[in-house]
Amino acid sequence: MKRKMEISELIFKIVSYVFLIIFAVMCVYPLIYALSAAFSSRGAIDANQVVLWPMIGNSTDGYKFGAMIDAFAYVVIERGNEFWISYSNTLFLCFIGTIWCLVYSILGAYALSKKRLVGRRGFNFFLVFTMWFSAGIVPQFLNYQRTGNIMAAMVGSSYNEIDLKWLIILAMGMNATNLILLRNSFEGVPSEIEEAARIDGATEMQILFKVYIPMSKATIATVALFFGISRWNGYFWAQKVLPQGQSYSWPVQVFIRTFLEEYTDLISPLQDGFVWDESFSTVSAAYAMVVCGVIPILIIYPFIQKYFAKGVNMGGVKE
Amino acid sequence: MFKLKYDDFLVYDESTGTYSMSAEQQVRDQTEKSHWKNTGLTILKDWRLYIMLIPMILVYLLWKYMPMYELIASFKYGTEISALDRDWVGASNFETIFTNVTYSVQFWRAFRNTFTLAFYGLLFGFPMPIILALFFNEVRSNITRSIIQVCVYLPKFLSTVVVTTLAISLFRGPNGAGTEMGIVSKFITMICGANSDIGMQADVVGNGLIYSTRYFRAIYIVTDLWEHAGYDSIVFFAAIIAVSPTSYEAAQIDGAGKMQQMRYVVLPSILSTVVIMLIMKMGSLLSIGYEKLYLFCSGPTIGNYEVASVVSTLANSWGANQNTAAYGIAGEMMNNIIGMILVIGSNFIARKASDVSLY
Repeated sequence: MKRKMEISELIFKIVSYVFLIIFAVMCVYPLIYALSAAFSSRGAIDANQVVLWPMIGNSTDGYKFGAMIDAFAYVVIERGNEFWISYSNTLFLCFIGTIWCLVYSILGAYALSKKRLVGRRGFNFFLVFTMWFSAGIVPQFLNYQRTGNIMAAMVGSSYNEIDLKWLIILAMGMNATNLILLRNSFEGVPSEIEEAARIDGATEMQILFKVYIPMSKATIATVALFFGISRWNGYFWAQKVLPQGQSYSWPVQVFIRTFLEEYTDLISPLQDGFVWDESFSTVSAAYAMVVCGVIPILIIYPFIQKYFAKGVNMGGVKE
Repeated sequence: MFKLKYDDFLVYDESTGTYSMSAEQQVRDQTEKSHWKNTGLTILKDWRLYIMLIPMILVYLLWKYMPMYELIASFKYGTEISALDRDWVGASNFETIFTNVTYSVQFWRAFRNTFTLAFYGLLFGFPMPIILALFFNEVRSNITRSIIQVCVYLPKFLSTVVVTTLAISLFRGPNGAGTEMGIVSKFITMICGANSDIGMQADVVGNGLIYSTRYFRAIYIVTDLWEHAGYDSIVFFAAIIAVSPTSYEAAQIDGAGKMQQMRYVVLPSILSTVVIMLIMKMGSLLSIGYEKLYLFCSGPTIGNYEVASVVSTLANSWGANQNTAAYGIAGEMMNNIIGMILVIGSNFIARKASDVSLY
């Protein structure tokens, strides 16, 4: 009896280790491959020699190492400063957009976490309903256009001329789930502490900033992270809302995708008469763009990784 | 003489011979009045909280609720810019997308695809994080587990543009100009053989597997799992490590094997988390990643519309044209209403069956 139990346990353990390791390798391998392929020569990629690390290929053909740098230089030559502009746009959207989303989410979540708030159920329903039902892509797009027009009219300009960055910052990145995460975390703060602060003469704002925010730091960090990541990764609405030709306010994702569509044959055939430099393939240019898109995330990922696991569990699933 | 004595409402006063209100009723009246007065006072006293709510409510009103007003366009027809100026046509837009020869073919195909992808997404995407969490529980060494976790959470943080680009380039076919097929296509061909069906599909010059009608769904589901499964396991893993070790010991003493421990100790204790996560998954079921499908299937010449066109991407392409925008709005509204019914329904069933519910 005893022995049989041990065997089943051992088998389960082996299966779980093998499965987890295979899954973990599958999760990181495409990124490692993209990184290596970005730095490999055209010959190596064409012959499928790249498996794990960058390959030079058949060097007698004049193919060289470091196609990514070539491809990258090409991007900058071909599109001028657009790459750097799009990068700075995304940083701006990330920073200001996250702060804006955090401000109204924290204020709203604080008010909603108070049991004494009259009409609390109504406000909660107002919030949760947006998770159940959304108007859809076309109405949302028309609405963005209308609010963009109103914003343009306020500064005496037109939709095609104003910088729509501010519309993107104000209107996008809403997430009811994050707000509920914050609300749950605020509800977890013991009310005795708040009462003590109130007796000491703290105002509502002081209670929020001196008691609630310091006590829910992990959740706030998580939520800020979610907002920031969704800003960094946002593509669809930015691409739809920004008018054609307003490439000076493109976020980096829109730039990457447009570049791939126009200069590689991965997504659509190349334009007539467009010829790439011989030394690197369109595929390695695509990988170079992918690497440009993920490097900032890869750099900060190890530092933020422990926050969100903690924050999700703390504010997590509560009814 | 008939007298009301100690009645709830009225008291008979013998000296004057009149009825007056009982003390209890007076108190009751007072509290009822003061209830409304108190409510008013609380609102006044908490005016700061309401000020705090204003930015949130404004943002949600402007960009979540205002679009819903555009939904009336699905009952109207015309080319005027404002939906208010168009003529009411009743349900004729719905009739068009359900029965008209050109539109109904596209709509029902998209509708079917939405449900198929959502169903497969739930079938594979929901158990996977639970299985991962169960396996994580087996890894005793903290360092090993942390390393694996760091790896599996990572894809969640990549953008859809990056994920689709990676998928397209890894699953691509040979392009005819000397470039070989993508590394995953190559691997699949190696394992299944070049003459097998999937091997031949991978070898199609051009875009290979990702634009083959037969394998697109599988690739979509695999990339979805790749992105979300690891991250979604966090919640389940937290529920599993909350199970106290004494429960396992008790089960072991009773002679339970590994599988029996799973069945009778772990599963019951994570059931409420599973139910809540299932309801949450239901909520986003029909709004399946339109961004991802849009990125997979946009571009001037390509598009695997037979299997990859869903209601939201169809609405997006119809919405680009003034004449068909109303059809797009109508179709997507129907889709979203069905989605809402699914959430509320699953929540209701969960509450009836197991006392666990989210809303």
